[in-house]
Amino acid sequence: MANLLTARRARIGWDWTDWAAHIYLVLGTLIMFGPVLWLVLSSVKSESGLQAFPPTILPYEQASVEVPQRGGALKLFTVTAGAHAGETLAEVRRMGLQSQLVDPAAPDKLIRVKLEERTPVMRLHAAWENFTELFSRFAFGRIVWNSLFITVVATLITLLMNSMAAFALSKYKFAGRDPVFLLMLATLMIPPTIVLVPNYLIASQLGLTDTPWGVIWPAVATPTGVFLLRQYMLTLPDELIEAARMDNASEWRIYWRIVLPLSAPALAVLAIFSVMWRWNEFLWPMVVLTRSESFTLPLALNSFQGELTTQWHYLLAMTVLTLLPVTAIFMVLQKHIAQGIASAGVK
Amino acid sequence: MNPISTLFAFLMNLPERPMRWAQGRLSKGRLGWVFVAPNLAVFALFTFLPIAFDIHYALTGGTNLLPSQRPYVGAENFASLLDCTDHFDANTCHRDLFWHGVWNTLRFVVFQVGLMLAFSLLTAIVLNRKIIGRSFFRAAFFYPVLLSPVVVALIWKWILQREGLLNAAMIGVGAEPTNWLLDPHWAFFWSVFVSIWAHMGFYTLILLAGLQAIPAEINEASQMDATPPWRHFRRITLPLLMPNVMVVLVLGLIRAVQVFDEVYVLTGGGPGSATVFVVQYIYKTGFADQIRQYGLAAAASLLLAGVLLVLTLAQMKGSQKKNG
Repeated sequence: MANLLTARRARIGWDWTDWAAHIYLVLGTLIMFGPVLWLVLSSVKSESGLQAFPPTILPYEQASVEVPQRGGALKLFTVTAGAHAGETLAEVRRMGLQSQLVDPAAPDKLIRVKLEERTPVMRLHAAWENFTELFSRFAFGRIVWNSLFITVVATLITLLMNSMAAFALSKYKFAGRDPVFLLMLATLMIPPTIVLVPNYLIASQLGLTDTPWGVIWPAVATPTGVFLLRQYMLTLPDELIEAARMDNASEWRIYWRIVLPLSAPALAVLAIFSVMWRWNEFLWPMVVLTRSESFTLPLALNSFQGELTTQWHYLLAMTVLTLLPVTAIFMVLQKHIAQGIASAGVK
Repeated sequence: MNPISTLFAFLMNLPERPMRWAQGRLSKGRLGWVFVAPNLAVFALFTFLPIAFDIHYALTGGTNLLPSQRPYVGAENFASLLDCTDHFDANTCHRDLFWHGVWNTLRFVVFQVGLMLAFSLLTAIVLNRKIIGRSFFRAAFFYPVLLSPVVVALIWKWILQREGLLNAAMIGVGAEPTNWLLDPHWAFFWSVFVSIWAHMGFYTLILLAGLQAIPAEINEASQMDATPPWRHFRRITLPLLMPNVMVVLVLGLIRAVQVFDEVYVLTGGGPGSATVFVVQYIYKTGFADQIRQYGLAAAASLLLAGVLLVLTLAQMKGSQKKNG
């Protein structure tokens, strides 16, 4: 009997559903991850490389050679027909339908070739200058700093304030505790999109517009964070706290020396969420930050892409820099992020 | 000790004295309020107070931001928003852009949530099988969830532009290249597509967690009875997964109603008003237009809040059923 069962369940080969499942996943991965890969590959193409149509997959650039006698760097071509067919020459100038080329080894002798009888010599070249020039040409460092500052400071304040509230809501008994908890949860129903106008008024009355604090403060108290931390702290044994009280530890000390370290796993989940929220936040910063010096990365990207002649080579590099930190966090903490979302059902 | 933890300890010790002082004077219950106070203050200032102000703005007119400087106009903002000859035709409305937004949002919600639910469910079921490289595939489907909406929009804008990858592929297979984002129908299609692309990983994860919670014995029993796969899915998997499906449905609806970020950067609401949504109308009316009509923006916000309230209550009812 046992044999019969295992025999029936043994997987001898792949049936069609196995094939279908794997094909679906491979195609799906291509659609989900391919566009990101395409962005990264494109971001290291030179400005002229980006204009090539149809586009190449890898970043190519026309090779050039230094010919001092002819005034510096000249572009390389391969001659395809005529007496010089097969030779690789450097172009000095174009005259009408003809190209004047020289042999880099013997730059004195001009060789004339019809335009259609030469093809550019392409070589693999990653245009890292797309990235470095962002910092020299657009005060990009300032924007990265704004984003980093907001993300880090807001996350620290969020962790501190939400854990304080969660501590009281899980470890104290006091009149009004449960209504306060419900009230905080109820704010889930009031997303920031609903209160844009009045929040703008309050931020401007407090002098927070065009400052990082205008972005930071309105969202530091998160219902998600309070909920997550409270549920976790409820599982911590009260005896620990009682023992500390016996030793005459103050309540504040109990909070940050005992409860906070023990809540590290939940704090880590909230920290990851908060970093993602803050780094990616868009609508509210766009309302409260109007001067380009105070922009965060998403705002800079948006205003840069809206300009009339989009400079894609810079825009793509900027986009890659924006997704880089999030990608790094994801690679390191993938498991925790997935578990955090699955358990809390929040984003 | 390393300097960071020293600094941390120093900073965290700062409230020690005032808190000890408060502890000596207050009962333990009162001390609880001290811990809750900072959080509560931020909620009060940036969530509860704004709701009251929203109502004030919605009932007053003019372009002044200061509440005291705004003339009372009664329900005029609402009346103006709702004023249509034919509500099904946005062009006959006084505020036609708002109604384009309303109908676009409705269409968006139906397609985006419906298709996203279908694809997340399919992906979760596939990922729940014995798959080679399962954690890699799971990560690949989840990765876009973490990206900034602006990044998402730019990734696709780069592919969909006139001389982008997609048009190159179209020419490669002998088809006509298309100006994807300049055609109203295609622009709407891509808003839905990109939004599903960006969010489905999150919902797939919720559904996958639900599938993995189904006891193995149930599946084995059904396998022994040689239940056909489709019947197994309809009669066993789906009913057991229903609570998670409800969570996905309602969370998806709440988010889809507020669609803005990705689509705004991708299409800017165009061409024409083909991809204008309600939140974009609020942003545009209150902040992006030359004349800032805060009253109209607040009135539209309150109408949106009503829809969200209904959806949230539905979710609460759903999750109560799940727990009870």
